[in-house]
Amino acid sequence: MAQTVFIEAINQAIIEEMRRDENVFMMGEDIRRSVYGATANLLSEFGEKRVLDTPLSENGFFGAAIGASLVGMRPIVETLTSFMWVGMDQLISQAAKMRYMFGGQATLPVVYRASMFYGGGSAAHHSDRSYPMFMNMPGIKIIVPSNPADMKGLLKSAVRDNDPCIVFEDGTLAGMRGEVPENEDLPENELVVPFGQAQMVREGTDCTIVGVAGGVNIAASVSDQLAQEGISVEVIDPRTLVPLDKKMILSSVEKTGRLVITDPAHKVCSAASEIASIVAEEGFWSLQAPIQKVASEQVHIPYTPALEPHVYPDVEKVTAAVRRTLES
Amino acid sequence: MDIDRDLLLLMLRRMWMIRNFELKVMEVHSAGEFAGGAHPYIGEEAVAVGACAALEDTDYIAGNHRSHGHPIAKGGRVDKAMAELYGRTDGYCKGKGGSMHLADYSIGILGESGILGSSVPVAVGAALAASIKGEKFVSLAFFGDGASNQGALHESMNLASVWSLPIIFICENNQYAVTTSYAETVAVEHVSDRASAYNMPGILVDGQDAIAMYEATAAAVSRARAGDGPSLIEGLTYRFEEHSLGLGRVRRGEYRTQEEIDTWRKRDPLDILEQNIIAQGVATRKECDDINAETAEEVEKATEFARNSPFPEPSDLFDDMWADPIAFP
Repeated sequence: MAQTVFIEAINQAIIEEMRRDENVFMMGEDIRRSVYGATANLLSEFGEKRVLDTPLSENGFFGAAIGASLVGMRPIVETLTSFMWVGMDQLISQAAKMRYMFGGQATLPVVYRASMFYGGGSAAHHSDRSYPMFMNMPGIKIIVPSNPADMKGLLKSAVRDNDPCIVFEDGTLAGMRGEVPENEDLPENELVVPFGQAQMVREGTDCTIVGVAGGVNIAASVSDQLAQEGISVEVIDPRTLVPLDKKMILSSVEKTGRLVITDPAHKVCSAASEIASIVAEEGFWSLQAPIQKVASEQVHIPYTPALEPHVYPDVEKVTAAVRRTLES
Repeated sequence: MDIDRDLLLLMLRRMWMIRNFELKVMEVHSAGEFAGGAHPYIGEEAVAVGACAALEDTDYIAGNHRSHGHPIAKGGRVDKAMAELYGRTDGYCKGKGGSMHLADYSIGILGESGILGSSVPVAVGAALAASIKGEKFVSLAFFGDGASNQGALHESMNLASVWSLPIIFICENNQYAVTTSYAETVAVEHVSDRASAYNMPGILVDGQDAIAMYEATAAAVSRARAGDGPSLIEGLTYRFEEHSLGLGRVRRGEYRTQEEIDTWRKRDPLDILEQNIIAQGVATRKECDDINAETAEEVEKATEFARNSPFPEPSDLFDDMWADPIAFP
């Protein structure tokens, strides 16, 4: 096992997939010089045709990726969540809808890698955590890795998947180190993490926390701290939101009887909302306490460090939520 | 340019096919045989047919809401198109797309888009694939004067130009975005003038003249295949009917004078092509009339085919959502 930084895991996945399949190519803003670090060394190995620096034209190049995918290519587009708004028409009107609208004729193996920079004073225009909005729109697979190994394995799966995928890369994890298995140590000689399979991050019996993206680390810290008090908290990382492994979540709640969800997206109609509603509908009789959502406050991201941290879920808020479930 | 006799007759056949298809659609729509909107292409047939006559089956097109003409011009099947309008399982999209979303991936029709300008970046992407792979196919995007104001168009033309992509932008300037004149909404005199901002040829063509459209497109296609980049062609044309079927019943206020409509109707693209064909001795009056009658007959059969095709079952609702299926929540 090698200790790998999250952003390096992205780079490894891209390089491996571009070597494996010549139809895979990268496009985005400032990727040749790897401004964000994930596209380092691509230009020298794969050349200008397969590593495209785009103009600032999200609607144009998001759509060009779709068109290329329709005729046999496998584009990976690098962008930021906050720039996705500019290209929303292509993501929604075309990527999400084409296959169904054309009766299954269109196949779109296109991947959008969307960085979520929040928590670092980036203010309202650079801090979006927008995956719940895409959950509401059928037709896009939604990937939310929480550690370097999953980042690598899920991105490789996304490139091979034949449907449009958006990989939400949590910027709070960009420098996170984690164990990523060496390819030669793996049975298939590569790391591929399938969609729709949640991961049990901590086992526990008193309460379940489902963490989304950066929320998983918070949940794991809470579990570790509460363990010292003899409170046993199970932590589940869904890893993909579309498809969602609701089976693991429901069976965990069946065991613990309590559910907290921590989600860095805004609280209203969040991933946490959807998971809460699934458990309320399908796991109600297992519940011994009201479900607790710990998501971002329904307010824009303020620039000042005096205010920004108050928006997001943190260890303190999640711990308090677990305690509330145990009081009932 | 010396145009092959067979190609001229194919163009005439496809134009009659579109005309007769649209006349039938208007008839059965007003009889209430299917629901939803439909946007007749009558009056504009020469634009799509002339442009697509310059393409191969291996080339790609993408279009818009006025969507029946493009696929027929590219060689699509009227039976599957009509069945789609009827919402039946034998339709091009198994009834899931309807009038505004015809597509035939077997002959490079990537699909029509109800959001205007939205299919143009997609067409650019097909051209990008040709460029990356070093293949010789080209891509062609149809859009209207209204969509020429969309950011998607401008982003697409710039992208295509900086990457020198093999794409032809075809503006079907029918002069009105629903009821709003392009003269009031387009800042240049001709949409084709916009090409200069993107360093590509901009060619204004008489959109009622199929041969002129063919010649301009063929030159742009040669340029694209040679790796010399995109072109913008504006076919100046006119929509003989209302924006969409049924709109005449709901809109208030005139936006075109009767004189203007009459003037343009005298420039019927079918008359213009037939006169040319007859004058060149390519076909007789009777042969032209036979083509009209044969296509009307084919459309009649297509309509029967559509009427007799079954509706999808409710259990078909979830089909075709995913290429690699996942469980539905």
